[in-house]
Amino acid sequence: MENKTYEDLFEAKLAKNEMIEPKDWMPENYRKHLIRQVSQHAHSEIVGMLPEGNWITRAPSLRAKKVLLAKVQDEGGHGLYLYTAAETLGISRDELLDNLHTGKAKYSSIFNYPTLTWADIGAIGWLVDGAAIMNQVMLQRTSYGPYARAMVRICKEESFHQRQGYEIMTHLAFGTPEQKAMAQDAINRWWFPTMMMFGPPDAESPNSENAMKWRIKRETNDQLRQRFVNQTVPQVEYLGLTVPDPNLKWNEAKKGYDFSEPDWTEFKNVISGNGPCNKERLGARVKAHKDGAWVREAAAAYAKKQNQSIAA
Amino acid sequence: MNNLFVYTLRLADNSLVLAQRLSEWTGHGPFLEEDLALTNVALDTFGTATSLLEYAAQVEGKGRSADDLAYFRHEREYTNVLLVEQPNGDYAKTIIRQAFVDHFNLLLYTELAKSKDETIAGIAQKAIKEVTYHVRHSSSWVLRFGDGTEESHNRAQEAVNELWRFTGELFEMDEVENNLVKEGISVNTSLLKEKWEKQITDLLTKATLKKPESSFMQSGGRKGMHTEHLGYLLSEMQTVPRMYPNAKW
Repeated sequence: MENKTYEDLFEAKLAKNEMIEPKDWMPENYRKHLIRQVSQHAHSEIVGMLPEGNWITRAPSLRAKKVLLAKVQDEGGHGLYLYTAAETLGISRDELLDNLHTGKAKYSSIFNYPTLTWADIGAIGWLVDGAAIMNQVMLQRTSYGPYARAMVRICKEESFHQRQGYEIMTHLAFGTPEQKAMAQDAINRWWFPTMMMFGPPDAESPNSENAMKWRIKRETNDQLRQRFVNQTVPQVEYLGLTVPDPNLKWNEAKKGYDFSEPDWTEFKNVISGNGPCNKERLGARVKAHKDGAWVREAAAAYAKKQNQSIAA
Repeated sequence: MNNLFVYTLRLADNSLVLAQRLSEWTGHGPFLEEDLALTNVALDTFGTATSLLEYAAQVEGKGRSADDLAYFRHEREYTNVLLVEQPNGDYAKTIIRQAFVDHFNLLLYTELAKSKDETIAGIAQKAIKEVTYHVRHSSSWVLRFGDGTEESHNRAQEAVNELWRFTGELFEMDEVENNLVKEGISVNTSLLKEKWEKQITDLLTKATLKKPESSFMQSGGRKGMHTEHLGYLLSEMQTVPRMYPNAKW
């Protein structure tokens, strides 16, 4: 038998579409890339609880309130699966949270936009979760086992979220003129930030090449963005609303829509900390963590006392 | 007004206002697992509130829906006990408030499960399963806080001292409830008081906390005489439907 290096075995697994598991050898860059991506994903779920949480106490019906509360709780649950998946790569939860709180780790830039009306809750569920699903469906087949398995569970719940969002938009679009205007305003504000969620154009995406090579990603940013537009435009039309893009046009040759790129300067500003709600979002996370410190300490101290009394 | 309507609405308001308070924590809990756990309690409590409001609307029979009752009554028409409308404060205050309510609710729903009113009995039976978990959740935190660190102990004791005066109201009876007790529909809560006090005293003692000496008890919720906190809670909750009264959501 020929003498194979660890690297050869790793490559062979990828080539056969087999999953890489926590105890397998993996290149350090692969591990680093995954820690970055999985933790960024986890942080996005947790920070993502805030803009929607902003409307829990003001949800306009008992049903809407319950569904939104359950949805925001799901996001927290997703964060938990993903933190656990990241931990299998050899990093602790404390370290992960510290990276978020100090601004070292990023989260999805979309959550730095404010939720100003109830229609924004519909737009987030429908557009933002819709875009997230495009990414996540692909990630169910990602090469790292714990990440892929977390995504399978998450995808099941996300499709419920997207329906929840579209249901809110349907009520608004077919409701009173004020409600319809509220829905249109939300689309106008969320359309381009949602398009940014797929990341920069392929030609300028710094992390894409490795991600494709390692089968962490299986489709490019531009492919996913195109698919999202193709899928979403008919949904907007069904609602009798419009996409805020004068260049949007069906292109028969490519069997898809032509559309404007989002403002990538704005994107860069928002991810580097200068979006409308960056300070508030991170501030809220840091505050919750700090305010919770004595609670976590109490739990630890109590558990220690209990263990001692059992030992004694 | 119909006694059953008034009574069902009281139960509903207790759940709705408490759930609204609990849901303020979602996304801001002391750590992720606990954020999820408290949100579960909020969801259960909203569920109970919704079932009760739907039943109240049906009993009233005037074409008002559960949403109408939640979103279009003002604070003088809300009949929840004062305890549940108290602001969340720190996590100790939220937990102490919850432990007081959970222990009461378990005793209450256990009796209500035998109500001659089948709908009330059904709602109570479902709630028992949930509240049994709630009692476990809040009680375990009372122990951790009381017997955790000095800081958590002090915070918990302060919360007990502050909220104690709102617990007497849980056991008040009036003509509406006395009449329903006679019909086998509601519960004489004054008879639950001794049991509740023993459970809470045992829990506090185990947690090295003290039951306050003071016997002053504040009341008024049943008559719509609330603390100033409720108005803000309702303004926030009701803002969208009141801004667009003809809209459906």
